[in-house]
Amino acid sequence: MTTTTIAGHELEVNEEGFLTHPEQWTEDLAPELARLIGLELTDAHWTLIRFLRQDYATEGETATLRRVSTRTDTPIKSLFALFPGKPAKKMAYVSGLPKPKGCV
Amino acid sequence: MTATTDAAPAVVPSFDEPEGAGRKLAIICSKGNLDMAYPGLILANAAVGEGVETHMFFTFWGFDIINKATMGDLKFSFVGNTAMHPPGHSGMGVHHMLGALPGATNAATKMMKKQLADLEVPDVPEFLEMLSGAGVHLWACRMSADMNHLSEDDLYDDVEAIISASDFIELTEGAQLLFI
Repeated sequence: MTTTTIAGHELEVNEEGFLTHPEQWTEDLAPELARLIGLELTDAHWTLIRFLRQDYATEGETATLRRVSTRTDTPIKSLFALFPGKPAKKMAYVSGLPKPKGCV
Repeated sequence: MTATTDAAPAVVPSFDEPEGAGRKLAIICSKGNLDMAYPGLILANAAVGEGVETHMFFTFWGFDIINKATMGDLKFSFVGNTAMHPPGHSGMGVHHMLGALPGATNAATKMMKKQLADLEVPDVPEFLEMLSGAGVHLWACRMSADMNHLSEDDLYDDVEAIISASDFIELTEGAQLLFI
């Protein structure tokens, strides 16, 4: 466990850099987390981030890509365009959540 | 250069590190049973979601996974599957030869489809749509097409082409390979 400072917030992160306390995340943190992984947030990103946060709050685990796609009515292709390469992990990171555990 | 008062630099996940770049996975799907279709689909989904260039080659019975006439109706039979047991039960097996009784395949298929749906795993056609949307390359085997007298019109729309085995080997040069 490491403590790191991002956008003026002192945060607990794991060895990969994911926040270990999702409750330490605030909306002003997201643009900075996004910048650190080379993304600039648009409204389309925010729709997904807000869904992920709300879904985590009710389900207790991070939504998989498939779940994000069906619940937000966003095609998988768009998810890959918004968070290129490793969309599920990038989304979770920017949203201050753990990596999703589900396979599909 | 002045000393900074900042703590250690931010720990940032290395999502786009060059060591992961160029990784390729080739999955050969040669079986058309429902329970043999899913491993390939799920692994392809996992790989493409990790940024791995993923190619699937459908051959022999695996052709049923991309044949429009059969893709939505794959079956699971437990004949010959000594690991068969009802979900959630331990120790109590079901003799695999009971799977040869009339209706057993339909019942087993229905049960497996329900288990998959309960986990929000899409059915085969929707799974393929998800994979092609994610950028997985879908290829059909030339010999299987010829044996079954099928053309590209008979296949799932996002199958890129019917290609020969050597074409597939060529275009997956350097890839890791899975044969299912």
